[in-house]
Amino acid sequence: MEVGQLQRSFVEFTESLFREGFLDAQFCQLQQLQDENNPDFVIEVVSLFFEDSEKLLNDLTRALDQQDVDFKKVDACVHQLKGSSSSIGAERVKNACIAFRNFCDELNIDACLRCLQHVKQEYLLVKNKLETLFRLEQQILAAGGAIPMVE
Amino acid sequence: MESCNCIEPQWPADELLMRYQYISDFFIALAYFSIPLELIYFVKKSAVFPYRWVLVQFGAFIVLCGATHLINLWTFTMHSRTVAVVMTTAKVLTAVVSCATALMLVHIIPDLLSVKTRELFLKNKAAELDREMGLIRTQEETGRHVRMLTHEIRSTLDRHTILKTTLVELGRTLALEECALWMPTRSGVELQLSYTLRLPNPVGFTVPILLPVINQVFSTNRAVKISPNSPVARLRPTGKYMPGEVVAVRVPLLHLSNFQINDWPELSTKRYALMVLMLPSDSARQWHVHELELVEVVADQVAVALSHAAILEESMRARDLLMDQNVALDLARREAETAIRARNDFLAVMNHEMRTPMHAIIALSSLLQETELTPEQRLMVETILKSSNLLATLINDVLDLSRLEDGSLQLDIATFNLHSLFREVLNLIKPITSVKRLFATLSLAPDIPEYAISDEKRLMQIMLNVVGNAVKFTKEGGISITAFVAKSDSLRDPRAPEFFPVPSDSHFYLRVQVKDTGSGINPQDIPKLFTKFAQSQTLATRNSGGSGLGLAICKRFVNLMEGQIWLESDGLGKGCTAIFMIKLGIPGRSSEAKLPLVSRVPADHVQTTFPGLKVLLMDDNGVSRMVTKGLLLHLGCEVTTVSAGDECLRVISNEHRVAFMDVSIPGKDIYEVAVRIHEKFSKRLDRPLIIALTANADRVMKENCLRVGMDGVVQKPISVDKMRSVLSELLDHGVLLEAQ
Repeated sequence: MEVGQLQRSFVEFTESLFREGFLDAQFCQLQQLQDENNPDFVIEVVSLFFEDSEKLLNDLTRALDQQDVDFKKVDACVHQLKGSSSSIGAERVKNACIAFRNFCDELNIDACLRCLQHVKQEYLLVKNKLETLFRLEQQILAAGGAIPMVE
Repeated sequence: MESCNCIEPQWPADELLMRYQYISDFFIALAYFSIPLELIYFVKKSAVFPYRWVLVQFGAFIVLCGATHLINLWTFTMHSRTVAVVMTTAKVLTAVVSCATALMLVHIIPDLLSVKTRELFLKNKAAELDREMGLIRTQEETGRHVRMLTHEIRSTLDRHTILKTTLVELGRTLALEECALWMPTRSGVELQLSYTLRLPNPVGFTVPILLPVINQVFSTNRAVKISPNSPVARLRPTGKYMPGEVVAVRVPLLHLSNFQINDWPELSTKRYALMVLMLPSDSARQWHVHELELVEVVADQVAVALSHAAILEESMRARDLLMDQNVALDLARREAETAIRARNDFLAVMNHEMRTPMHAIIALSSLLQETELTPEQRLMVETILKSSNLLATLINDVLDLSRLEDGSLQLDIATFNLHSLFREVLNLIKPITSVKRLFATLSLAPDIPEYAISDEKRLMQIMLNVVGNAVKFTKEGGISITAFVAKSDSLRDPRAPEFFPVPSDSHFYLRVQVKDTGSGINPQDIPKLFTKFAQSQTLATRNSGGSGLGLAICKRFVNLMEGQIWLESDGLGKGCTAIFMIKLGIPGRSSEAKLPLVSRVPADHVQTTFPGLKVLLMDDNGVSRMVTKGLLLHLGCEVTTVSAGDECLRVISNEHRVAFMDVSIPGKDIYEVAVRIHEKFSKRLDRPLIIALTANADRVMKENCLRVGMDGVVQKPISVDKMRSVLSELLDHGVLLEAQ
């Protein structure tokens, strides 16, 4: 595919991500921080986010699987996840976490399990989208073009 | 004739008499045999008969008598010699025993009689004991009554109840006809009937207190029998009755003041009440000793109970008073708080709302001055500028003064260029002095450092005020400003003998003198100059329009800078010199000197990067930490990251200018970390600025942060621009004025 087309699809894709609420302004900030001193900043942060989130989601699954659910631990994990997701601008994951926390306060196990599912779903979606985004970027760079800025 | 051994009876055989004798003998024998049996039977039954052997003897005696009579039966007819012999033997024995018994009885009968006497004696004793026991029981009854009465009386703290209960219970216990209580009136010369048992509400009965009978009763603490005809006892028309005996007792009325700290109430209490008790009229009852005792005890108890009631009343009254005072104080406090809040709000409003237009006016007028103007226009613009400057100064002065007054003003300590400050002052007054055709000179001693640490704005204010005054009151000649570092010998000034400045490695004392050739001041007026709003008449010129606050404010600022300010003048027309000495910090070994902290830069110019700025970042969330770190790196800072409070405290040093802390770290609370940082860096200038990062910066969070000494709160998410302006402001002002 030629560069222009790649760039156009990149822009469209990015815009759709913002439109559909997968990402918010914080992600733009991340992109702004990427400069010649820090060329892979965004990818590094996002990879760390993926690692972190997987671990947290596993912990959450295990915690909610116990006989005696330790809601404090669950709350702490969700809090971490919320922090991470808001740091990179994963808006839908963040919102799902907020809802999760409310149910945690109510000590409602069933609702928590449902929320966990929701969070996992959102996480997988945003992971998917970001991976696609990075692939597109690589393709553009490989084709010799420059990454267009998306406002 | 037959030769028989028969004995002839003595008597003729008279049949009837013989027969009677025969029968009698028979019965006698019978009786004589049965008596001992009875004796034996009954003695066996009784346990205490002491003379058993006497019984035996007696028994033998009777038996033998019986035997004799029995044998006699045979002698009524022809009887053989054997019978006669037996008879004789029996009789002889009987005789012996009888005599023995007779002899014995002589001894025994007195004994038996004395037993009887003893029995009588014991019976009497028993009767006496019974009587005594009866008495004891009565006394115990009385005691029980007293206890019950006391309990009743003491179970209430209400004066009326106490007295009423006393009368009722006494009436009941002692079965009284009437019981009355006479209390002394307020004046103390009369006793008024206050409570009675049976009479309906007693009203108006009074007796003078000086009656002899009353004196008699008051003079002793015993119950005294009084005549039923005395005025205190004549409560009802007695009529046909024979009045019963009357007893009166005094009841001491103790007052709070009687209880000294170490004393018990002495008998010098003068006030007594009188309790009168009357026995029922027709009964022949008399007052018994134990009843009198009961009455006395009750009177004492009543006195105590009444004093308790009085004390309680006092304390309740005092408590009510205190409560009222509390309420009033609370109200006053709330009003004061409201007033303070209102004033603060007003100040806050004035601060912003009034200064903005002022600045606009001043700025635009100065710009207007720069344009082409006709001389008249120029004059007009100058007047506008002057007036608006005056107004601005006034506003600032008032605001500053009120902040100074309540001690809430704090100096904005920062490093600044001292030399340029002086130059600026000179530049500011130059236009005015040239208009007034005065000279203005500035001479700075060579040992004055270029940079100093203090509140630049306020120092400028002081300088402008002093210099402005000098210019204001000088019509010809000029003003000269000199500044030098005060050395120890020149530190002590005769004018300010209490001032003992001690320079050190980190501070020096700057002495500034502003001499003018103006109208001078009467030395007597000098002390007044520094008081608020006081203006001496002689100083009033057409140019003076100051509110009189200027010097007062200067003095306060100078004091805040740990210095002194005073004026010297040789008299009217001989000019005046204003001198002040303030403590300034020396920018030292720390990296501050290297940083281009030129805070002369106006607030809206923000640095784009902060090369070499060392910051510490604490965040436990890896992603968040990485993002914020990237942000700070992008802005050129040198970032050290930690993920927990302990680590933070270990790593932090005075090289870090700012420490950013994410609020949601677990474990060591962020507030505790802030406090520890304060403890670790005692000198304010060494301490890194502490900024909290949080996703929700509500008022409570901000207050908590500021309370533990943090320098600001920033709301996440943080954009590059936001971080940039945060860092700028921190470096300019040392504190974040508004949470971003």
